[in-house]
Amino acid sequence: MKPHLLSVDDLTREDIDRILGRAESFAEVSGREIKKVPTLRGRTVINLFYEASTRTSSSFELAAKRLSADLVSVKAAGSSVDKGESLKDTVQTLSAYDPAAIVFRSPHAGAAGLVARWTRASVINAGDGKREHPTQALLDLYTLRRRAGRLEGLNVWIVGDVLHSRVARSNILAFGRMGCRVTVCGPPTLIPRGVESLGCEVRTTLDQLPEADVVYALRMQHERMAGSFVPSVREYASRYQIDGRRLGSNQLLMHPGPVNRGVELSAEVIDSPQALITQQVESGVVVRMAVLYELLAGGPTSGSMSGREFASEASEPQPA
Amino acid sequence: MDAMLDCAARPNATVLISGAHLLDPRAGLDGPGDLLLRGGSIAEMGAPGSLEAPEGAEVVGAEGLHAFPAFVDPHVHLRTPGREDEEDIETGTRAAAAGGYGAIVAMPNTAPVVDAAPVLLSLRERARAEARVPVGFTAAVTVGQEGERLTEMAELADAGALAFTDDGMPLRSGGVMRQALQYQRLAGRNLALHEEDPELSADGVMHEGEISALLGMAGIPSVSEAVMVARDAELAAYEQGRIHVQHVSARETVGVLERARAAGVMVSAEATPHHLVLTDECVRSLDARYKMNPPLRSEADRQALIEGLRSGVLGCIATDHAPHAREEKEQPFEVAPMGVTGLETAFASVYTDLVVPGLLDLGLVVERLTAGGQPFGLSVPTLAKDAPANVCLVDLDAEWEVGEAGYESRSSNCAFAGRRLTGRVRMTIAAGAVAFRERSFAIGAVV
Repeated sequence: MKPHLLSVDDLTREDIDRILGRAESFAEVSGREIKKVPTLRGRTVINLFYEASTRTSSSFELAAKRLSADLVSVKAAGSSVDKGESLKDTVQTLSAYDPAAIVFRSPHAGAAGLVARWTRASVINAGDGKREHPTQALLDLYTLRRRAGRLEGLNVWIVGDVLHSRVARSNILAFGRMGCRVTVCGPPTLIPRGVESLGCEVRTTLDQLPEADVVYALRMQHERMAGSFVPSVREYASRYQIDGRRLGSNQLLMHPGPVNRGVELSAEVIDSPQALITQQVESGVVVRMAVLYELLAGGPTSGSMSGREFASEASEPQPA
Repeated sequence: MDAMLDCAARPNATVLISGAHLLDPRAGLDGPGDLLLRGGSIAEMGAPGSLEAPEGAEVVGAEGLHAFPAFVDPHVHLRTPGREDEEDIETGTRAAAAGGYGAIVAMPNTAPVVDAAPVLLSLRERARAEARVPVGFTAAVTVGQEGERLTEMAELADAGALAFTDDGMPLRSGGVMRQALQYQRLAGRNLALHEEDPELSADGVMHEGEISALLGMAGIPSVSEAVMVARDAELAAYEQGRIHVQHVSARETVGVLERARAAGVMVSAEATPHHLVLTDECVRSLDARYKMNPPLRSEADRQALIEGLRSGVLGCIATDHAPHAREEKEQPFEVAPMGVTGLETAFASVYTDLVVPGLLDLGLVVERLTAGGQPFGLSVPTLAKDAPANVCLVDLDAEWEVGEAGYESRSSNCAFAGRRLTGRVRMTIAAGAVAFRERSFAIGAVV
């Protein structure tokens, strides 16, 4: 595996299988009273967030702590970034602490790749602009595989604002890599020109939605609704909202959160048994533990370590 | 030197270029010969080895080298006044000379904008002290390049504005564009146009296509350029004015230009080496070195530009040399400023990627590189007896890596940095004086 996780494109199918397997074994640890393992004891993980985040930042923090890493969280607001320090200088300053990993979120595409050029730490892209959010895609794969038992051959529909969604881009690549058939669907103004080249089909109505095994709804952001991308929220909801009428009883429902109730999803489907939305959040911690493990403790020699072996290591009494 | 150009006073060189391959398609010249440069012009031409070096002359043994008329760049950002940390007149003209250029045209989007005669006159004065090759200065079409009110075009023309342009920005208003064409009758200068529809370009940072879809970055559709060119070609026809379209990037634009020219519209156009050689594939790297406006486009667009250059719809090659400070380009792609440097690599990049593979004829490329002053009424350098001495000597076999020895420009944001190119300018004589000599280039003895 590459030293950084910047894009789903950095991962082979084998890498993904290994990360998901590792996450399974961490799920076992999460079920215990003491949820901590010593894997990253003495190593430093820096969470550097240039953009607001609740789920991603908190789950990365928990993941690092449960691996016993020393954690430093830096948010742009209130830091030297506010004083006009450049990204390069900030990264070089933080790198002086010799971190093992930098988890980086930025409003700009490719920013995590730049950070990787300026530090010796492993860089994990926690969202770069509208480009990618690879750990979200991994936790979605993990959640779906646990529920459906497989990924190969599943028909996944990604519905909503594809244009502005990094989750959509990472998931088109990730679902495709694992053998799913991916269709994106949304109003033509919110489907990027040329998106087919990522390996998906494009629909502009939900007419064929019944063919989906999985419906992955995207968040409709308020600022987009204010723009001229859709004529009105009401019309958008009437055409693209996933509700009880449209979601079949054998279809699974996913959403990266936070949900706009009554816009992209109706209340009844959010709380339906087909919805995996809460499980997605739960999966965030173990999948991010698995990613940190792969990058910092995995490597080619230990890559063959099975989840079971790992679990036994974790079962030893730890001074956590 | 044309009267509208400014250059530091330098002694005329007496140089005998002996045994070079002389290539000037416009003069029908393509073969070995000698050139004697003296008193600011080409004093004598003859068969190889036929010319005697006068006393005090420098003799350049140029066997194996090509001698071309020096190039003319219609589109350079000298960043002066205002951003002398990125480029100044001395460094910018030094970079031009190193690229084989004998004259360049500077854009007015400086701080302050060149929108009033005093600013223009002070720049011209500075160029007469600093410029290593002759520089022509353009002035803005609208005050502050804000697109609202015409500059004092007639007065600026009298002060020596070579042309008018709001380069960097389109003229959003068709009404203002029309007024500029009407005022052209008074000012008598061409209008150089940066063409894009600001609403279609919106917040785009790269070409709209498969790669922008993959990278999740807002795209600038190719039609953003074409629709504005169509508007302005119609306006130029209606007002019987003339326009020059800058840095054409899109296939659709080449089509619009073809139709306009066929209809008799007075429209010329330029293309840049980076648009002729690179595509949006480069942007996959998310390296801000590949960010410029207009953006690198698709392979189909690139092929259309090559065809346009061949047919003459694109009459000249322009670098759009746009220096930027290192810290500004060391930022995420979406926030880094647009623009790349190109004076020092223009010939070699086009030669390496278009001439060597056989896509374009060397003579045609030389012709398009020397034609940059034509849209603005400047004379075209030529290798002819008694013509002004504007010559560059090029080694077509030399391979080099861009940036390996730094740059003459003060900035290093070159789109070709790190590439291996073939073809190296060894010496440039501009307006009769030696403007550039490659450091490692062994020169002949002075007789």
